[in-house]
Amino acid sequence: MSREHVLHKVRTALARSTGQPIEEPPPVRLRVPVVDLEDRIKSFCERVEALAGKAHRATSDSDARAYVAGVLAGRSAVASNAPILRESGVAALDGVVTGITDRLELRSLCENAACGITAADYALADTGSLVMLASPQEARMISLLPPMHIAIVARDRLLTGLDELLSILPYPAEQTSSMVLITGPSRTADIEQILVRGVHGPGEIHVVVI
Amino acid sequence: MSAVFDEKIHATLADTKLQLAIYTATGRLIEKRRKAITPDLCPDYQELRSHANDVKRHTIEHLDYYLEEFEAKVTAHGGTVVFCKDGEEVADFVLSLAKERRAQLIVKSKSMTTEEVDLNERLEHHQLEAVETDLGEYLIQLAHERPYHIVAPALHKTREQVADLLSAKLGVPREIIIEKQTMIARAVLREKFLAADIGISGANFLVADSGAVVLVENEGNARLTTSAPKIHIAIAGIEKLIPRAQDLAVFLKLLGRSATGQPLTVYTSFLSGPRRGGEIDGPDEFYVVLLDNGRTKVLADREKRESLYCIRCGACLNHCPVYRKIGGHSFPWVYSGPIGAILTPQFLGVNHEPGLPFASSLCGACAEVCPVKIDIPKILLELRSEVKKAEEREGSSRLERLAFRMWAWTMRHPRIYEMAGMAAASLAPSSDGRGWVKSLPSAMSPPPVRAWLSQRDLPPPPPKSFRQMWRER
Repeated sequence: MSREHVLHKVRTALARSTGQPIEEPPPVRLRVPVVDLEDRIKSFCERVEALAGKAHRATSDSDARAYVAGVLAGRSAVASNAPILRESGVAALDGVVTGITDRLELRSLCENAACGITAADYALADTGSLVMLASPQEARMISLLPPMHIAIVARDRLLTGLDELLSILPYPAEQTSSMVLITGPSRTADIEQILVRGVHGPGEIHVVVI
Repeated sequence: MSAVFDEKIHATLADTKLQLAIYTATGRLIEKRRKAITPDLCPDYQELRSHANDVKRHTIEHLDYYLEEFEAKVTAHGGTVVFCKDGEEVADFVLSLAKERRAQLIVKSKSMTTEEVDLNERLEHHQLEAVETDLGEYLIQLAHERPYHIVAPALHKTREQVADLLSAKLGVPREIIIEKQTMIARAVLREKFLAADIGISGANFLVADSGAVVLVENEGNARLTTSAPKIHIAIAGIEKLIPRAQDLAVFLKLLGRSATGQPLTVYTSFLSGPRRGGEIDGPDEFYVVLLDNGRTKVLADREKRESLYCIRCGACLNHCPVYRKIGGHSFPWVYSGPIGAILTPQFLGVNHEPGLPFASSLCGACAEVCPVKIDIPKILLELRSEVKKAEEREGSSRLERLAFRMWAWTMRHPRIYEMAGMAAASLAPSSDGRGWVKSLPSAMSPPPVRAWLSQRDLPPPPPKSFRQMWRER
């Protein structure tokens, strides 16, 4: 449509010519603190709880399975195809459907399931965030459509925060079409600034750190 | 000041419920921001602001370069960039795509840019249903209103009003509990998400080195809008660019804290193109509409170019003593508060609402809280001078110029000045008991004087003038 028109107006406004090189941009500002693993886990769990999520530190795979089974209490769940869910046995729990690769099938399952179970590629200790990269292992809908989300995170995936994430993942677009940071349950305060959880996304979130 | 502007201001001031709603909501947002930037929680807050200003200045000064880099990256990932010069082109693009794909239903996540070009009205005009999905936006769409605030669009609505609105528009029983109201909207909108053919979002940032659209939100509606339908269209102003994904470490920290006091909002989405081979879900088609709509005009003005640094956090609205009294709907365009007062005249021309740059006490609170350090008061002053120059050109201030010429003549003639002073003192009415003159007898109060006094109180004249006291000393 108006590509040339708009670009021409931009160049004229800035008195620049086509293909003119640019000055060096300001340096990237990333500050990665040194925090030991135990403190990262502690901070992460505290942040998740402060956001009204539940955090559980699992001592073993069987502990993780028992926790998830307890939360599900017999309700239906869709699990992603992430290796950690298979390895820990969470994906094999009663009532959990997994291994879906078809978009429509996955969507209709997610529409009706009580819970979505995923891994997380990373977790951010200072904000209590989960970092989810869409891939053949992780679909977008599982952490979005069901009213509850359970994420299983390996402890070595715990980063200090956003700055560390962007320093180890400077070009997220090279790996995925969608990276999402999830920080607590879905919420709104649009009516009289009263906090309501679970408006469009999951209102309940559990994170199991293995 | 236009009559409409004046009228809206007075209506807002007279509505005590509305006054309380605005005051409470903005007060809470001020408090949340203040707590989120305390030195123990965010020790480098001021440094982040300076850095953000540096990065924005650099990007805007080299905008053509970053636009092309962004376009190349989006294309490389299988998406399409569409440049549009105005709202009509945006609507044409959406309409023709919808027609080609036989789309019926569009879901939208909150976007000030689409409000700016009245996209919903344009689509509705062509029998395309476009549903807002952010709770606040949904409510104001039902009410056929404009957003009251950049971040909290339904800030002015009470739960009673929402109850009436939902029952009138959706035919549901009147529900007064906010949690239940939210769940009613959730159920209606969930159906829309799953049936929609196209999802339209805005963009909080466009990342040049990644070709990515970054969206921040708390509800999850932007995630649903951008990943449930088969087509995702992001519509953004050309000024939304930042050079690198790593710059988000600065901007995301500032945006969440300044807007709602959150270190990070619930969902931050970094979207770069349609779903890739192997990915299970996500859109098949990905478009980014880059909109000019007056931005290149602002860009051409070296002095006021920084207006384009704005990341739409809404902090200047919350902290503005004028916004907190006159509210969002008194402002003549979609952008309200201090940022609206500088954007509107630059986008629509100073004559659109000449009173706007003057509706400020220049207290400077907006500049102090701006996360990207836009010098709003400075720009307001420049706009005031432009309004005055435009008035002179059009001769609309002839009366004012005559008054000032008479004043200057009087000032140059000491005798006449003294006589005029004595005459004024003897004619002036006495004060209201608390030491102020609030009105003049109608004979002495032609419309310009009355308008001037409607906003101000006069001190009563002193019993003796300085000259008299000097002579009697």
